[in-house]
Amino acid sequence: MNELKLLLENPIVMSVLLAFVPIVFILVYALVTLYGEMKVAAHIQNRLAYMENGWHGTLQPFADILKLLQKEDIIPTAADKFLFSLAPYLVFVGTYASFAVLPFSSGFIGSNIDLGILYLVAASSLVVVGLLMSGWASNNKWSLFGSLRSAAQIVSYEIPGVLAILGVVMVLGTMNMQTMTQMQDGGIQNWLIFGGNFALGQKLALIPFMFILFVIYLLSSMAEVNRTPFDLPEAESELVQGYNTEYSGMKFAIFYLAEYANLFLVSAVVVILFFGGWTSPFGSFMGGPVWSAFWFIMKGMFFVFVNIWLRWTLPRLRVDQLMYVSWKVLTPFALFCIIAIGFIMVV
Amino acid sequence: MTALTTYFNDIYRSVSSTMTGMRITFKQMISPTVTIQYPHVKMKMPDRVRNRLFMNFDDCIGCELCAKACPVDCIDIEVMKAPPTESLGETSTGQKKRIYVTKFDIDIAKCCYCGLCVYPCPTECLKMTDVYEFSEYDRSNLIYNFGTMSPSEVETAKIKVKQYDEEQTAKKAAAAAQAAAAKAAAAAVPPTAAPVQNAPPQSLDSTPTQQ
Repeated sequence: MNELKLLLENPIVMSVLLAFVPIVFILVYALVTLYGEMKVAAHIQNRLAYMENGWHGTLQPFADILKLLQKEDIIPTAADKFLFSLAPYLVFVGTYASFAVLPFSSGFIGSNIDLGILYLVAASSLVVVGLLMSGWASNNKWSLFGSLRSAAQIVSYEIPGVLAILGVVMVLGTMNMQTMTQMQDGGIQNWLIFGGNFALGQKLALIPFMFILFVIYLLSSMAEVNRTPFDLPEAESELVQGYNTEYSGMKFAIFYLAEYANLFLVSAVVVILFFGGWTSPFGSFMGGPVWSAFWFIMKGMFFVFVNIWLRWTLPRLRVDQLMYVSWKVLTPFALFCIIAIGFIMVV
Repeated sequence: MTALTTYFNDIYRSVSSTMTGMRITFKQMISPTVTIQYPHVKMKMPDRVRNRLFMNFDDCIGCELCAKACPVDCIDIEVMKAPPTESLGETSTGQKKRIYVTKFDIDIAKCCYCGLCVYPCPTECLKMTDVYEFSEYDRSNLIYNFGTMSPSEVETAKIKVKQYDEEQTAKKAAAAAQAAAAKAAAAAVPPTAAPVQNAPPQSLDSTPTQQ
């Protein structure tokens, strides 16, 4: 017993153990979202989706995973084998590394660093490298097109996204994600989307800009995770499956997992920036480390749902429209908001 | 409109139309689904649905009208005229059966479900049912044998028909011989009657040509 305690007190052992917490979460979450996305998609189209395996098809995601695990892992002969095999893991690592700074609850954050949000933006950009690598290594024109589009899209949408984050950072004055959340504690009225924990005049002045920044970040985050209406990299009607055309079996599953993990990641960032992170909407009621984890995951899942909902509402944008939205609409608006917020925070 | 108003107008329109779209999809999501869980729940078929053919062999009089009506020739019937001495029973409509139907096969794989065979049937023994689940692993299983005569029955029937035919031919031969004898006797009496030469060919279904 004593030895176990000693082992747990060892910082290296502890950090390794802590590093496994998000992967457990991601795996469970991926199963739930796999099921949830199919169900939401089906009900939007007045269908039923999975109904056969288990109660209302609840065992279907397990069956899907099992099928993916059994599949043959094909590497095309013309592909660059090393890069081809490396790419999905790089994509996943980029996403997973970002989970380190997510404050899951008031009592749990992987790494409480002061540059949290900056680190998150930087780490999640690693995904682009993985996507480009997969497209190049596949030696397939569709894959290459998909990955090039993906890189162009992520790089251009990172600008309004980061500008929106910058606006929030200007308001809160910190990049530490745990502190950011704590500053929005104390009930629903203190969330940044409702003006944050400031004096009434400042609060009211911030609300419209916060709302615009929220929309900008939501849109650019959707573009970053390559989901409809921004799913040009995977546009199945023109590019087969985009960068993961040639992938099968476990590598494809890793891509899928990374995509879902990324979806939660950006939803979590939306929640932390604008919707008070793990804070309870009722102030100290239903607070505490366990409840805060509950609130964080529930809010995150709500934005995952919004993503899925939008996916089944809007058709895919054209490439020029995509770039138009990023450079001519979102970026100027974000800049305008930043300037306005600067004035509000100074006055 | 200036470029600036167009710009803001475009933004307003895209946001509002997205909102409308999301409202519609949300409404659809909470509205009841239309899926019928097929193997568990089956759709009610309309009254006059045309699916698998059913044939009530007891009522068949072997008229072959259905086989003639079929546009894809999926009904295969073999018939044999029964001797009048033989009693084959009656149909449920009270018609007397006079023909042995030794084979009545419907190849349902060929059937195009037009229902044309149903109407000519004088005894209404063919009908289209509402059964639509009849897939098979082997195509030969889709040939439905509606005929109830066993091979031995067919054999006996054939023998009977043959016997009857033989009797008939024997009778005919006897009658013909009798007639020939009578003719010969009659021919012997009037010696003045000269045999007609180059008589025009007589045919039953063609009118004699005028000369």
